[in-house]
Amino acid sequence: MAELILRDLAKTYPGASTRATDDVSLDVADGEFMVLLGPSGCGKTTLLRMVAGLELPDAGQIVIGGKDVTYLEPRRRNLSMVFQSYAVFPNKKVADNIGFGLRMRGVPADGVRRKVEWAADLLQLRPYLDRYPSRLSGGQRQRVAVARAIVMDADILLMDEPLSNLDALLRLNFRAELKKLVAELGTTTLYVTHDQVEALSLGDRVAVLRDGVLVQCGPPGAVYDEPADEFVGGFLGSPPMNFLTGTVCTDEGRPRVDFGGQSVPVPAALSSYHGKRLRLGIRPEAIQLGDGGGLRGELQVLEPLGASALLTTDVCGQTIKVQAPATFRAEPGRRLALRLPVDQCRWYDPETSLLLEVR
Amino acid sequence: MTIDVRDPVRPAPMLPPVDVAPLRRARLRATGVQAACVAVSLFMALPIVLIGLAAVSSRAALAEFPKPLVPSEFALDSLLSFLRATGTLPALGNSVLAGLYAVFWSLVVGAPAGYALARHAFRGKDAYQMFILLVRALPIVVLSVPLATMFLRLDVYDTVLAVTLVHTALALPTTVLITASIFVSVPADLEEAAQVFGCTRWQAARRVVVPLALPGLAASSIFTFVLSWNELLGATVVTLGHRTLPAQVLTSLAEASVAYRFAGGFALILPALLFIFVMRRYLLNLWGTTLR
Ligand SMILES: Nc1ncnc2c1ncn2[C@@H]1O[C@H](COP(=O)(O)OP(=O)(O)OP(=O)(O)O)[C@@H](O)[C@H]1O
Ligand SMILES: [Mg+2]
Repeated sequence: MAELILRDLAKTYPGASTRATDDVSLDVADGEFMVLLGPSGCGKTTLLRMVAGLELPDAGQIVIGGKDVTYLEPRRRNLSMVFQSYAVFPNKKVADNIGFGLRMRGVPADGVRRKVEWAADLLQLRPYLDRYPSRLSGGQRQRVAVARAIVMDADILLMDEPLSNLDALLRLNFRAELKKLVAELGTTTLYVTHDQVEALSLGDRVAVLRDGVLVQCGPPGAVYDEPADEFVGGFLGSPPMNFLTGTVCTDEGRPRVDFGGQSVPVPAALSSYHGKRLRLGIRPEAIQLGDGGGLRGELQVLEPLGASALLTTDVCGQTIKVQAPATFRAEPGRRLALRLPVDQCRWYDPETSLLLEVR
Repeated sequence: MTIDVRDPVRPAPMLPPVDVAPLRRARLRATGVQAACVAVSLFMALPIVLIGLAAVSSRAALAEFPKPLVPSEFALDSLLSFLRATGTLPALGNSVLAGLYAVFWSLVVGAPAGYALARHAFRGKDAYQMFILLVRALPIVVLSVPLATMFLRLDVYDTVLAVTLVHTALALPTTVLITASIFVSVPADLEEAAQVFGCTRWQAARRVVVPLALPGLAASSIFTFVLSWNELLGATVVTLGHRTLPAQVLTSLAEASVAYRFAGGFALILPALLFIFVMRRYLLNLWGTTLR
C-alpha cells in the first residue's frame, strides 16, 4: 500500500501530432479508489501504462510511496494490473495464470495454491482452474485477469476497464463485489473506465480526462453535481445535463436570462454578463414538473424507462430533457410547466464552456 | 412435454420447405477438397514409397516388372551393404550433426533478429529485410569458394563446423523472416503482463513468447534441417574427407549398382522424415485453438 503521485505527465506517441496525455497531475492517497473516466481515445490507457512502466513519459514524474519510479522497470514497481485486452497467458492453465505473479516472486507452492483458490472462489472461477484460457468465454477470461491482479497484494492496483466484457447483470453484481473486495484489500487503486455509472458507483474520487487533459477531479457527488465544464456535464449522467443558451437582461433591477420570450432569474453575481450570452446547465432529474412558474415547454416525446419516464420538451426552440415519475402520462404537444430550482442551476460561459462560480 | 406457444386462433403461416441445396453444395465442395488432398499426398508420397520398397527388395526382385505392391521377398542386404560401405556411416553422422547444429545456430542467431523485426520499428527496417534475403540471391558456388579459402586459413576446412557455418548462413534469412512473422502474432501485451507480474524482459520472452511461438520455431527448424540435409554444393566445396551424406552418396553413386542407389536414396530420405515427424508435434498448436 502506498500513495501514488503523478506530476505533469506528458506523452506523445511517435508520429502522433497531438499529446496522448497532456501535463496530467493527480494525487491518489494511500488506499484510495481513484477512477479515471473519459471517452474512448482520451488517454486513459496511456496514463495507466505510464504508471505501470510499460510506456515512458516524455516529461513529468511518477512517485509511488515516496519513491520516484518514473523510469523504473515494471517489475520493480510492486504493482499489478488488469489489462484492457486481458492479456491472459494462453499457454498456461487458469490456475497458473492466476498464480503467475506469486510464483515469479518465489512464493512457495502451497502458498500460491491457497491464494489462487481464494481468488478463484471470489471470482467464481473454481470450475475452470484446470482449463486453458482458449476454452473460456470473454467474461471468464476477464475475471482471470482480475484474479491474477488481486492475488498479488501489490502497492498499487491498476485496472483498465475490467468489467467491460461482462453482461449487464454480472457487471452489476461484480461491481458491488469489486467495491467490497478493494475496500477489504485497502489497495491504492487506479481504475479506468468510460462508463460513467461505474465511475460514480466505484470511485472515492473520479478524475475526468478529455483529449489527454485532466478536466476535473473530485468525489463522485461533486463531479456529478457541479461539472467543471460542459463536457463533464454532458459526459456524466444518463441522460446528460441539459444546456440552454440565453441572453442576460435586467427585469425590475434583477438579472434574468432570456431564452427568447421566456426567462429565468440569474444569481446577482452574474449581472456583469448583462447583454451577453450565458449557458444554463441543469440535470434532467432536477427539473420539477409544476403547475406554474419557470419555463413552459412543449412535450415532444415521452419514453417510459421503467423506474422513470424521460420527457423530451421544447423550450423556445431548445431541447430540454426532463426525468418524470414513471406514472407520468401526457400526449405529445401538451404544454408543461418546468420549474428549475435555483440551487440546481449551473452557469457556464459560452466561450470557454467553464463553470462560473456564483457563490 | 412441450408447450405450444402458437396462437390457436391464427393458423401457422405457410413456411417454404427447408432448402438443403446449400448444404449439399458445401458437402460436395468438402469432398472435392478431400480428393485434391489425397491426390497431392499421393503425388508426394508415391516416390518415397517406391524408393522405400526398392530399398528393401532383393536384387532379383528389383528387376521384376510390373512390381508387386508388397515386395515378394524382403531383403535388407542392399541397405546393409550401403550402410557398410566405407564412409557411409561417418557421412550420415556428419549430416545429422551439421543439420542439428545448423538448426541450433540459425535459431540462436535468427530468432532474436526475427523478434527485433517483429517488435521494434527502426530506421532501415525494410531495407534490412530486403538485404537479409540477398544471401539467397547469391549462387552458392559464388559464396562457397571464398568461404573455402577462408576456412582453410582459419583451419576449419573439412570439418562439420565448416558445413554448419555454411548451412546456418543459408538458413538465416528464412529463419529470420519466419520467426519475425510468428513473433508478430504473439500479442505484445502478454509480454507486458509478464513484466508487470515480475519478469525481466528476458524471462518474459522465455516464459511467454517462446512457448507461444513454438509452432513457428518448429516450422523454421524443419526448414533449416531439410535445407542442410539436402544441401550439396556448399557442403562439397568446404569438405574433402568429412563429407555429408549427399556428398558421399554422390561421389560413390557413379560406380554403384542400382540396388545401392535405391538404398542410398532411402537412407537420404529417412532421417529428414524422422526429424519432420518429431517436430510435427510442435507444429500443431499445443493449446487447443490458435493463439489467444
Ligand atoms: N501505441 C500507440 N501508438 C500511437 N498512438 C497511440 C498508441 N496507443 C494509443 N495511441 C493514441 O493515443 C490516444 C490515447 O489512447 P489510449 O489508448 O490511452 O485511449 P483510451 O482512453 O484508453 O481509450 P479507450 O477507452 O478506447 O481504451 C489515442 O488517440 C490513440 O490513438
Ligand atoms: Mg483504453
